[in-house]
Amino acid sequence: MNAALGWIQLALFLGLVLLITKPLGLYLVQVLDSRGRTWLDPLLGPIERLTYRLCGVDPHREQSWKGYTVSMLIFSLFTMLVTYTLLRLQGMLPLNPQGFSSVADHLAFNTAASFTTNTNWQSYSGESTMSYLSQMVALASQNFFSAAVGIAIAAALVRGIARHSAQTIGNFWTDLVRTIYYLLLPICVVFAVFLISQGMIQNFKGYDAAALTEKETVQVPKTDASGAQVKDAKGNTVMVSQVVDTQTIPEGPMASQVAIKMLGTNGGGFTNANAAHPFENPTPFSNLIQLLSIFAIPSALTYYLGRMVKSSGHGWSVWAAMAILFVGAFLVCWHYEAAGNPILTQLGVDPADGNMEGKEVRFGVFNSALFATVTTDASCGAVNSMHDSFTPLGGLIPLFNIELGEVVFGGVGAGLYGMLVFVIVAVFIAGLMVGRTPEYLGKKIQSFEVKMSMLVLLVLAMDILGFTAWASVSDWGKAGLNNNGPHGFSEMLYAYSSVTGNNGSAFAGLTASTYWYDTTLAIGMLIGRFLMIIPIMAIAGSLAAKKLVPAGPGSFPVSGGTFTFLLIGTVLLVGALNFLPALTLGPVVEHFLMWSGKLF
Amino acid sequence: MSTKAHSLFDPAIVMPALADSFKKLNPVVMIKNPVMFVTMVGAIVTTAEIFISKEPKAFTIQISIWLWFTVLFANFAEAMAEGRGKAQANALRQSRSKTVARRLGSNGSLHEVEAETLRQGDVIVVDAGEIIASDGDVIEGAATVDESAITGESAPVIREAGGDRSSVTGGTRVLSDQIKVRISADPGHSFLDRMIGLVEGAKRQKTPNEIALTILLAALTVIFLIVCVTLLPYGIYSQVAFSITVLVALLVCLIPTTIGGLLSAIGIAGIDRLVQKNVLAMSGRAVEAAGDVDVLLLDKTGTITLGNRQAVEFFPAPGVPMKDLLDAAQLSSLADETPEGRSIVVLAKDKGVRVQQLHDLPEATFIAFTAQTRMSGVDLGSVQYRKGAAQSVKAYVGGTFPKEVDFRIDEISKAGGTPLVVAARDGAHQDSAPTVYGVIYLKDIVKGGLADRFERFRAMGIRTVMITGDNQLTAAAIAKEAGVDDFLAEAKPEDKLALIRKEQQGGRLVAMTGDGTNDAPALAQADVGVAMNTGTQAAKEAGNMVDLDSNPTKLIEIVEIGKQLLMTRGALTTFSIANDVAKYFAIIPAMLMVTFPAVAPLNVMHLVSPNSAILSAVIFNALVIIFLIPLALRGVQFRPMPAMALLQRNLLIYGVGGVIAPFFGIKIIDLVITSLHFI
Repeated sequence: MNAALGWIQLALFLGLVLLITKPLGLYLVQVLDSRGRTWLDPLLGPIERLTYRLCGVDPHREQSWKGYTVSMLIFSLFTMLVTYTLLRLQGMLPLNPQGFSSVADHLAFNTAASFTTNTNWQSYSGESTMSYLSQMVALASQNFFSAAVGIAIAAALVRGIARHSAQTIGNFWTDLVRTIYYLLLPICVVFAVFLISQGMIQNFKGYDAAALTEKETVQVPKTDASGAQVKDAKGNTVMVSQVVDTQTIPEGPMASQVAIKMLGTNGGGFTNANAAHPFENPTPFSNLIQLLSIFAIPSALTYYLGRMVKSSGHGWSVWAAMAILFVGAFLVCWHYEAAGNPILTQLGVDPADGNMEGKEVRFGVFNSALFATVTTDASCGAVNSMHDSFTPLGGLIPLFNIELGEVVFGGVGAGLYGMLVFVIVAVFIAGLMVGRTPEYLGKKIQSFEVKMSMLVLLVLAMDILGFTAWASVSDWGKAGLNNNGPHGFSEMLYAYSSVTGNNGSAFAGLTASTYWYDTTLAIGMLIGRFLMIIPIMAIAGSLAAKKLVPAGPGSFPVSGGTFTFLLIGTVLLVGALNFLPALTLGPVVEHFLMWSGKLF
Repeated sequence: MSTKAHSLFDPAIVMPALADSFKKLNPVVMIKNPVMFVTMVGAIVTTAEIFISKEPKAFTIQISIWLWFTVLFANFAEAMAEGRGKAQANALRQSRSKTVARRLGSNGSLHEVEAETLRQGDVIVVDAGEIIASDGDVIEGAATVDESAITGESAPVIREAGGDRSSVTGGTRVLSDQIKVRISADPGHSFLDRMIGLVEGAKRQKTPNEIALTILLAALTVIFLIVCVTLLPYGIYSQVAFSITVLVALLVCLIPTTIGGLLSAIGIAGIDRLVQKNVLAMSGRAVEAAGDVDVLLLDKTGTITLGNRQAVEFFPAPGVPMKDLLDAAQLSSLADETPEGRSIVVLAKDKGVRVQQLHDLPEATFIAFTAQTRMSGVDLGSVQYRKGAAQSVKAYVGGTFPKEVDFRIDEISKAGGTPLVVAARDGAHQDSAPTVYGVIYLKDIVKGGLADRFERFRAMGIRTVMITGDNQLTAAAIAKEAGVDDFLAEAKPEDKLALIRKEQQGGRLVAMTGDGTNDAPALAQADVGVAMNTGTQAAKEAGNMVDLDSNPTKLIEIVEIGKQLLMTRGALTTFSIANDVAKYFAIIPAMLMVTFPAVAPLNVMHLVSPNSAILSAVIFNALVIIFLIPLALRGVQFRPMPAMALLQRNLLIYGVGGVIAPFFGIKIIDLVITSLHFI
């Protein structure tokens, strides 16, 4: 890949993100207002009103932060139970042409938690585990729900910031319904049609089989009649040759699910290969638009923030901080992936191609690095290359992005509310330096807000570092590792970072579909989602109730370059620094060892 | 205050502070400061490690010593701040030396009692030469009182029953006359007691921002505790043996010990700085609120203008020579002891009139100013010279002034001045026409440098509102000259209160000064109410600060000190957190170097050995507390400027500087300890 072409692509991508931020942000203002008007009203208005009537919801009756949070928790618990039940009963339900059996309990729990928390961590391979019904009803609808919940929480927090002397921060059910009807569904319909136009599949057929033009012979363990592996006298597994002459090609309703998987920053692949699979990401164009769809809503939400708090400068400052963190991380990743693996170079591999291990040839180093950065900046977790195979420092970037709390654009809603926690911490620390009680947009930041913000950061650190520590010294933890040494450590660290950040991507070397991993990862996801949302909602409620101090030259400036710089500094110093020792033991040590000739 | 600011490292304060540093190691005291408590636990653990671990003893011992130093340095900072307060308190205490009071019994008899036994409501009699036993209000008589023990001001003040000058303070001495005082404070609650308690920091309660900051620091400490504790299992997995000593060293370097160690010292020093300015804050909360103030309500008289008007010009009536006007003005003011009257005499003299002395005019009868006549003057023989307000003089001379005089009176009023008219009448010849000599222009003198100061406040977003009883015209003119943002004319005390409420409803914090009893409701309502020490007891009770110098302009300095206090906390927090970057770069490579020599490039500071690197970081972490004690006690430099400029400046110094400085500091310490073969 020509470096100049890469820069042009980067500029094109960032330019497109910038371009859609304002129009989509303005649209969000209407969507997230129970009396907002959109051009879809004639079509969706009646359906929206019918939904409210059926559910007995008064769309204009607002809730306190506690009421809002409880509604959200009840909804999430309910959808999680439905998902769990559907997966457990899969074998008895229709739309299962491959006849997949029901999903095991720990895997069903893990998957239900995963899709409810917008993580979409997948301890299974979609094409060999999930029926079409499970994909469409259990998983795809959960993609809509969890995305809408994230956006609703962000909207509630923004309302809390924008309002003053108020007791309520909106109605959860209204936000949920409007987000799904007016934002997610319409865009996904168009997006899915676009994906089909690029060659993505959308059908209910059974899997196809194709005859291989080049037959392949592989060694597989010999099994006896009962299916157990045959051992020889020394106890070694007896291997036999097997000729592979056909390939199974998965089919299914893919486009409809991929659209929301990207737009809702869910990331759960229809197939195990996720966006590296030719069906799930058919063309370079589909690749670009999928990337764009990950950042679309998170980026627009910054504009929504600016608009709602009547300071578009503030929205853009937050956007700029995100953009700078994105570009910086991407450049590091791109650099190390392009530099390749010195050991392979010694073996005669042309270093000009960079590190192509684990990458789809169609995308190459640049688009793999870009996808890896974008998917982990946002809490998407879809992948078009194997992060496990990145160079150590190239792979450090996805890990680092997740550990920042996925605040670089971030998940839909989750990115903004996560970033706003850093905004509050930044305003508090630096706000004192201007000689006043810290104020964020006219609201005093006092001990309650500090307590809740720090609780979020504490949960982030404890969830990631604590579970990794447990796994790293337990037998079940080490049993799942595919690699030893620092790379194995990175695999565990990545797994718990990914679930805590509700990302869902993986250093795939880890065999996570075990009882312990499934369970601890699922708990990690639930903590990472709900134990963060609750303090954030408390902040929303507390800020909404505060009096507004009129802005003046003495007010703390939350727009402009200085604030952007301050916010980046806070994210790096207060957030990222906590993970430096762990990152050093993983990717950084591995990097230095690789350059001294040792691989893992 | 009779004590002045102590030099920073005055041995009289340093020596007891050193001893206190050890006394404060009491865990019950330490636990109030989570950051330093964790540090102390770390110091205990490493001390135990000296005997347990198999590491080189020299290393473990030195780490342990420096961790203890870290705790002691923080204690020392706090003890220093308290010590400076105590030095002031001791000076105050001397004035409270065993006082005996004479209490008036219900039957009118006098009993000698100890000052400590006096209760609220008791009445005592104080004679010349005696010390007033406790705070109270004069209910009978008037006296000159020496308040220098409290205020440091040597000129005696007058205290009299009724009116706004009735309050007396315990510990002050009556110089003349006898007064009856009704005691207004129970023992231990008098002004002096509160003052001593405050400056000693004994009853200091954490302020809202301090609580929030403590939460932040405690949370960071817990996070870093997780970071360091989880390194143990990570080390087991990676087959790197992390020693307990090294992990504790890493923990202490990461947790915000710098701000954690200096936080309470900053708070105590802030109150101390106020006391040095002779302002007594009733709570730390009030000091913090001062930093947040959005609106300053300033009384015109005494705050914006000098207390009194001064004559600045004479305008003779048509046909009257200037010399005649000057003579008449001077004669009519000779016996006028008011500042206005004196200023007329002085100005006339400046204009070349021979000043007559009172004893030169034995036949003269001086007419004092009365509220009824609103004129003063002198009768020389049958000629009656009068000067006074235009309306009164007009009536005196028969109802009309020459047109030019009327015009001049109008002009002066519009310009915000006060016109005085000088006239004379021959009492012996009632039918002879009275003479109107002309007009004296009395002007409010705006204090120097105020406009400039208000301008800077405006830049910081603080609005100044002048409060005056003057009419709109006069008020507008003075407001313009002084450069205040707004004014409230013809203000009654209720108006003041209403204005404060209005501003507060708009979310603004209001500061004001006041002295009279009728100011009390407004003082109580204001977020920062500074009562003048000369004011009534009611005013002092209502406000949350008292200015011992009774200088209303000081409100401005109070705001500055409040801001400086908050800035110092923010700056040191930022610095403390920013320091962590360099400490990671010192310690993390050192921890891994033995197992993974390939990580050597991470040792960007090229520290000599792993152990020297860790020790250097720990020593830096301890020494930086000592280096920053002066900054914590003095406060960061304060310059009024817009928030954006302040933020940029402080981010650069304490944020960016905080990232860079420790790289150099740790490197230098590493060079020193290795060249001295400490390690």
